[in-house]
Amino acid sequence: MKVVYTDVLVIGGGLAGLRVAIGARRRGHDVTVLSLVPPKRSHSAAAQGGMQASLGNVAKGQGDNEDVHFEDTVKGSDWGADQRVVRMFVDTAPKAVRELAAWGVPWSRVREGDRTVIINGQPVTLTERAEAHGLVAQRDFGGTKKWRTCYVSDGTGHAMLFAVGDQAIAHGVPVHERKEALALIHDGSRCYGAVVRDLVTGELVAYAARATCIATGGAGRVYRVTTNAVICEGIGSALALETGVATLGNMEAVQFHPTGIFPAGILVTEGCRGDGGLLRDANGHRFMPDYEPEKKELASRDVVSRRMEEHIRKGHGAKSRFGEHLWLDITLLGRKHIEHNLREVKEICQSFLGIDPAEQWIAVRPAQHYTMGGVRTDHTGQSTTLRGLFAAGEAACWDMHGFNRLGGNSVAETVVAGMLVGEFIADFCESPAGDLDIPTVLLREALRVERDRLDSLLQGGGTESADALKASMQQLMTDRVGIFRTGADLEAAVSGLQELLLRSRNIGLRHRKDGPNPELVTAYRTQKMLKVALCIASGALARTESRGAHFREDYPRRDDAGWLRRTLATWRDPADTLPTLAYEPLDVMTMELPPGWRGYGARDYVDHPDTARRAAEVQALRERAAQGDRHSVQAALMPYEHLLPAAFRGRNERIDERQA
Amino acid sequence: MNQTTTEPGSTRTLRFHVLRHDPRDAASVPRTETFELEEAAGMTLFIALGEIRERLDPSLAFDFVCRAGICGSCGMVINGRPGLACRTLTRDLPTDITLAPLPAFELIADLSVDTGKWMRGMSERLETWIHEVSPDVDLGRIEAPMDPDLADRIYELDRCIECGCCVAACGTARMRKDFVGAVGLNKIARFALDPRDPRKDEDYYELVGNDEGVFGCMTLLGCHDVCPKNLPLQTQIAFLRRRMARTGVG
Ligand SMILES: Cc1cc2nc3c(=O)[nH]c(=O)nc-3n(C[C@H](O)[C@H](O)[C@H](O)COP(=O)(O)OP(=O)(O)OC[C@H]3O[C@@H](n4cnc5c(N)ncnc54)[C@H](O)[C@@H]3O)c2cc1C
Repeated sequence: MKVVYTDVLVIGGGLAGLRVAIGARRRGHDVTVLSLVPPKRSHSAAAQGGMQASLGNVAKGQGDNEDVHFEDTVKGSDWGADQRVVRMFVDTAPKAVRELAAWGVPWSRVREGDRTVIINGQPVTLTERAEAHGLVAQRDFGGTKKWRTCYVSDGTGHAMLFAVGDQAIAHGVPVHERKEALALIHDGSRCYGAVVRDLVTGELVAYAARATCIATGGAGRVYRVTTNAVICEGIGSALALETGVATLGNMEAVQFHPTGIFPAGILVTEGCRGDGGLLRDANGHRFMPDYEPEKKELASRDVVSRRMEEHIRKGHGAKSRFGEHLWLDITLLGRKHIEHNLREVKEICQSFLGIDPAEQWIAVRPAQHYTMGGVRTDHTGQSTTLRGLFAAGEAACWDMHGFNRLGGNSVAETVVAGMLVGEFIADFCESPAGDLDIPTVLLREALRVERDRLDSLLQGGGTESADALKASMQQLMTDRVGIFRTGADLEAAVSGLQELLLRSRNIGLRHRKDGPNPELVTAYRTQKMLKVALCIASGALARTESRGAHFREDYPRRDDAGWLRRTLATWRDPADTLPTLAYEPLDVMTMELPPGWRGYGARDYVDHPDTARRAAEVQALRERAAQGDRHSVQAALMPYEHLLPAAFRGRNERIDERQA
Repeated sequence: MNQTTTEPGSTRTLRFHVLRHDPRDAASVPRTETFELEEAAGMTLFIALGEIRERLDPSLAFDFVCRAGICGSCGMVINGRPGLACRTLTRDLPTDITLAPLPAFELIADLSVDTGKWMRGMSERLETWIHEVSPDVDLGRIEAPMDPDLADRIYELDRCIECGCCVAACGTARMRKDFVGAVGLNKIARFALDPRDPRKDEDYYELVGNDEGVFGCMTLLGCHDVCPKNLPLQTQIAFLRRRMARTGVG
């Protein structure tokens, strides 16, 4: 039995995992990171558009601060988010950008003086302040009141991941590459690490740890059409789920990005629209203002994606032999802007569509993009049901995105969560709860179970093809658990997925070797992905309302009275074919921002019985605190500062909010 | 405006000649295997290899992650030239397509090589990070300003995705195992440009002022020609060489 001992085991070498690792390492703990691929190849590298943080350096960002970012994020979430976590996040995001600036991220910077930008299809001259010259610049993104998205041309994720990856190397954090966690080791109440498979040799090793952190990113590949990388298969969620103890939150909350290139699904960034790009239909008509007169192309993603599909349904899609799509027009931004600020977009258009986006329109259609749900944790990132298990980044649901995340809030979340959860994990390791007293029989047993699972795939003589099952799952999810959902479709999806799950227990392989065997990998991952897909589909079927990205045509209204609650999914018994769903209510009476209209999308929703009372209370509290500054008003409404690790408390300075 | 998404499908039958070997399997010998596929519209090597694996040989090993030319996972030698497979369209290739793993890296199996280990080793040797991260940078304070043009110039060099194509195309790297390659030299150029890094030319000279570094380059510039990100490797290496030569003399 081979065992590796470490204080902190981080499963995932993307932005979230690496930043968690650096945090715990700096506090003196032994950290080991696992990754399927070299960490700098993680999907974080693909983030193009940018990272939200309320620095307020550019003219159009003036007046921005944590309060505005908070409000945008909560509205974006359609009130599904945990508002205390959102507060922790918006407070730490500026610190995260500044940390990354110190680590060498070449953030695009403000240039003082006049510049011409495109707003609402028209050239507009903006004048940048002299005091802002050389500070980190912000661009516009959907669903935000201010220009808040900090960026590095359109290679933001790449630049961030390389800076953080290099810092991990500088801190001597070992990354065990091409190693895949197959199962968590636990005794029903505490997590002790993971069983890990070497993807090159096939060897199984037990990694025993005081704290284990899942930072495995999204689950986009349960869908056929997705912007996600091929390794974003939701395995981290499945690891938690298969413990039978840990829960997944809000898995039905799946984001579809308006501008996946058609038909490949490769993303072109929201920065295209943020910088002034327009959506057009088959006739070249700019249709978004017809639906969303206020925010137009820059309403939140859930709203824009729905409007696009609605417009296609009305017969206005451009036809191609792969199906219908719409156009993204960035020609009006001019070649210089495109070649400077949207160069990845240009490369992608050239390589995959064979077009020059400075001259031609880009064929686009919404594609699966982001997994709001994930391993349910508290505000420290620790599982609420399995001690010693933490989660951070896209794989987690601590829950700052609720039912829709804003563009730019995800890479921001990864590093913020990394900073905070890294500290909380260090606290945990230094507390008695972090003592590691692990029975070796548990390790041995966990290894045996996984060995048996693999052997039965390799030798069991099953007859089902993993590839075929996976493809059927992806098709079902794209067809029936997409942007517009109905009870009938979702029922068909759930029963279809159940059948696939049963069949996946009888997968057989053509290639029986245990080393670098891609077929074996597809086989065991498909079994896990089907469970994750079932959590999404059954959560969506059960939720008879529409909220954020979850839209039910048969229940088109947001129903705060019935559904202001978070879905929790567990997988009780390995023999089950469905998750067990439970619900966790959100407490309106503690909300800083009681539910209301988002400012875009439908105005029609059912109020929670507490909403009016809380709104009045908030109003009264605001009036009472009106003498104080915005911080004291906020503190009167919903205190959160005590929740932050001491290292990251404190005000954020801005040009307009100088510190002594 | 009238546009089509992709051009009409062709009916070519493509022949993929793939170099195969599993170095951990005592019975494996390096060999070329040929797979035939009908070409489809908009087909990339990512799509083609996926189809081969799904339909013809489930054991074929290769690496893809982002499939959008961003992550650098899928470098391989395509008809003799290192490049990213995911954004290589078959319509730009002849019907006979030869695929081989990138040389200079440890072979994992078939088209999969261990660039990760190589790159981490290079990063550790060259210390490819900003050195003066004073742990007391006050994160609550406004960030230090930087000239916008300088930020852009740093990003230009920061765009390297560590795909390994430059190393595979490098004459020196094939002869000298410890040569840091254009990827390493470009990183030094990147940090030397960045005022946030306090290292001086003498410090960089310690790292690359030798034959494993900038003086090992034979200026054949295979690296420059194959770089999928079109990094200005030629000018950067020439510049670094002059600077290091001066430092060495001085
Ligand atoms: C195309 C695209 C563009 C985007 N653009 C933006 C943007 O502009 N702004 C923004 O805010 N957000 C953006 N996002 C979202 C954002 O990039 C991601 O949500 C975020 O980077 C996820 O980071 P992460 O660290 O959680 O996971 P990832 O970066 O996906 O890393 C996951 C890690 O887990 C590892 N892993 C997975 N499973 C296992 C296992 N079983 N065992 C061991 N290791 C495992 C992987 O190897 C990888 O290292 C974009 C997303 C996409 C798809």
